[in-house]
Amino acid sequence: MSAPGKKRLTTSAMIASIAEDGQETTAAPFGHALVALARERPEIVGLSADLSKYTDLHVFAQAMPDRFYQMGMAEQVLIGAAAGLAREGFQPFATTYAVFASRRAYDFMAMDIAEESLNVKIVCALPGLTTGYGPSHQATDDLAIFRAMPNLTIVDPCDAVDIEQAVPAIADHKGPVYMRLLRGQVPRVLHRYDYRFELGKAALLRDGADVLFVSTGLMTMRVLAAAERMAAEGIADAGVLHVPTIKPLDTDTILAALAKSGRLVVTAENHSIVGGLGEAVAGAALRGGVGPAGFRMIGLPDAFLDAGALPTLHDRYGLSVDAVVAQVKGWL
Amino acid sequence: MGAVQGQGYIGQALGVADVLAVSYFHAMRYEANDPRWEDRDRFLLSIGHYAIALYAALIEAGILPEDELETYGTDGSRLPMSGMAAYTPGMEITGGSLGHGLGIGVGMALGLKRKASDARVFTLLSDGELGEGATWEAALSAAHHRLDNLIGVVDFNNQQADGPSTEMLSAEPVADKWAAFGWHVQRVDGNDIAALVNAFDAARQHPGERPRVIVCDTRMCKGVPFLETREVTHFVRVAPEEWDKALEALDAGRPQS
Repeated sequence: MSAPGKKRLTTSAMIASIAEDGQETTAAPFGHALVALARERPEIVGLSADLSKYTDLHVFAQAMPDRFYQMGMAEQVLIGAAAGLAREGFQPFATTYAVFASRRAYDFMAMDIAEESLNVKIVCALPGLTTGYGPSHQATDDLAIFRAMPNLTIVDPCDAVDIEQAVPAIADHKGPVYMRLLRGQVPRVLHRYDYRFELGKAALLRDGADVLFVSTGLMTMRVLAAAERMAAEGIADAGVLHVPTIKPLDTDTILAALAKSGRLVVTAENHSIVGGLGEAVAGAALRGGVGPAGFRMIGLPDAFLDAGALPTLHDRYGLSVDAVVAQVKGWL
Repeated sequence: MGAVQGQGYIGQALGVADVLAVSYFHAMRYEANDPRWEDRDRFLLSIGHYAIALYAALIEAGILPEDELETYGTDGSRLPMSGMAAYTPGMEITGGSLGHGLGIGVGMALGLKRKASDARVFTLLSDGELGEGATWEAALSAAHHRLDNLIGVVDFNNQQADGPSTEMLSAEPVADKWAAFGWHVQRVDGNDIAALVNAFDAARQHPGERPRVIVCDTRMCKGVPFLETREVTHFVRVAPEEWDKALEALDAGRPQS
C-alpha cells in the first residue's frame, strides 16, 4: 500500500515494479544468480530475443559476453537455436517475455525442446499481470498453455529469494523448464520464513485454522500479507501453502494440507482462473477424493485485461492485498 | 518401404534420392557404427515426411540394418513415417512440423563453433518450407552469426499438398532471396549427380564466413516414368501391381558399373 503523502503511479508503463513502498528488494536476482552458477558450469550459455535488459540477462551478458547470444527479435529461432545448442551439450538459458514464448514460440518449445526433453531453461519476464501495457504483453494464459506440454517443468517463483534458489535447482534438473520471472527490483520476502526452494515441492509458510491459501508466484507474497492483516484484524486465521512448481504438482503435500478439515481453501495465482494453479489443485483434490470445507479461486478473469498502472490493475482484478482480504471476507 | 504401406511420400523420396546419395556418399563425414560420433557432420531432416528417403540412405550407409526396411510405418518400428530423433539411429532431429530444421541447425552450428569442432551441419528443407516465416528467421540468424559450418539444402520439387509450390506461396526468385539474406547460394539440377557433387564441394570449400545453401531442382518420382507423370504426386498411391514395375524402372535407370 502507498505510504501516506506519496503519489501512486497511474501510468500504463511496460515495465512496472511489483514492489510496494518500503518493501525490501534485490536488483536483478536472476541475472546475478545465473552468473554465479555459470562461473562453476562452463556449459551454461545465455540467449535472448532483444530483451536481455528486460529479463535481467544483461547481467550475464556483461559478465560473460562470449557465452551470450543475442538472437534478435526472432523468438522462433531463439527457441530452435537453444534446442540446437542443447543438442551439442550446452545448457541454454533463453529469455524473452512470457507472451512471446508461450504464444509465438509454442510449436518450437513443443517440438524442438519438450518432445526431446532437451536441457533448455526458458526464463520469461512479465508473467501474468505484471505490466500495464495491456494484452499484447500480459501473459495471463502462459501457465494454461504450458501445463499441457509434456516433459515441461513449470516454475512460478514468488520473490528474489525464490529466484536465487530456483536458478541452481532448475539447472540441476535434466530437462526443459519454463520459469516465470520477476525482474528489476524484486521484492525479498521469503527469507523471513523457514523456507528453501525445492523443485517439485510445495512449502507451508504459515499454518492457519480458518483459511488455507494455496498460492504461487507473486501471489504468495500478497496472501502472506493478507494473512497477517486478517490475523491482526481478527478476520480469520489463515495459512499459506506456497506452490512454486506448477508442474509437476506436489499433490501429496497439497492434498494433505487440503484434507485438514474445516478450512476454506483459496487458491491464488497471477494468471487467468482458466487452466492455472487453481484448476490444477481442484482437479487433484477431486481425483484424490479430498473435499475441503470450501474452495475458491483468486486469479485473473477470463478476459483480455485493461491497460493501466499496475497497482490500479491489481486492485481492479483482485491481486492486491486489499483485494485479497476483501474477497476472503466475502467468502467467510 | 512404400510397398509395405501401399502409399507414402515416395515421390519426394525418389526426387531427393540423388541429393541424399551425394550427401551421404560424397559430402559428409560419419561413422556408420557410431551414429553419435562427436566429429560427425550432422544431417538434419527438417522435412520429417521425407523419412522414407533418409531411411534408405541410412541403410545404404550402414547405419541402419536392411532387414528393418519392411517395418517402415508399422507399430513398434524404429522407422515411423515421419522422422523422429528418439526412434531412429542417425535421425538427428524430430522434423515434420515444417520450418523448424534450419533454426535448430543454427543452434547446432553455434554449438559446434563453441566446441571448436570442424564438423558441419547439413539441413535438408523443402521449397514448401520457404513459406514458413521461421525458416527466414533462421536464415537471418545464420548469416548474422556467420555460420560458415551450416549448409542448407533445399529440395525444390515444386510440389506441395495443394499443388505446385510456386502457385501456393511462391518463393521465387529463390536464389536471389537467399543471396539477399547473406548466404552463399548455388542452384543446381538436383537429379544431376555430377552437378550435385560440384555444388557440395563448392559449398564446403567456399572461403567466406557465410552460411551456404544449395537449391536443388528435383523431379518428383524421379526414375519411375509412369509415376513422374502422375498428376497428384505429393502423396502417391501406387497400386499393388505397380511396385514391381516401379522397381524395374529404377533398376533400368541404374548407372552401369
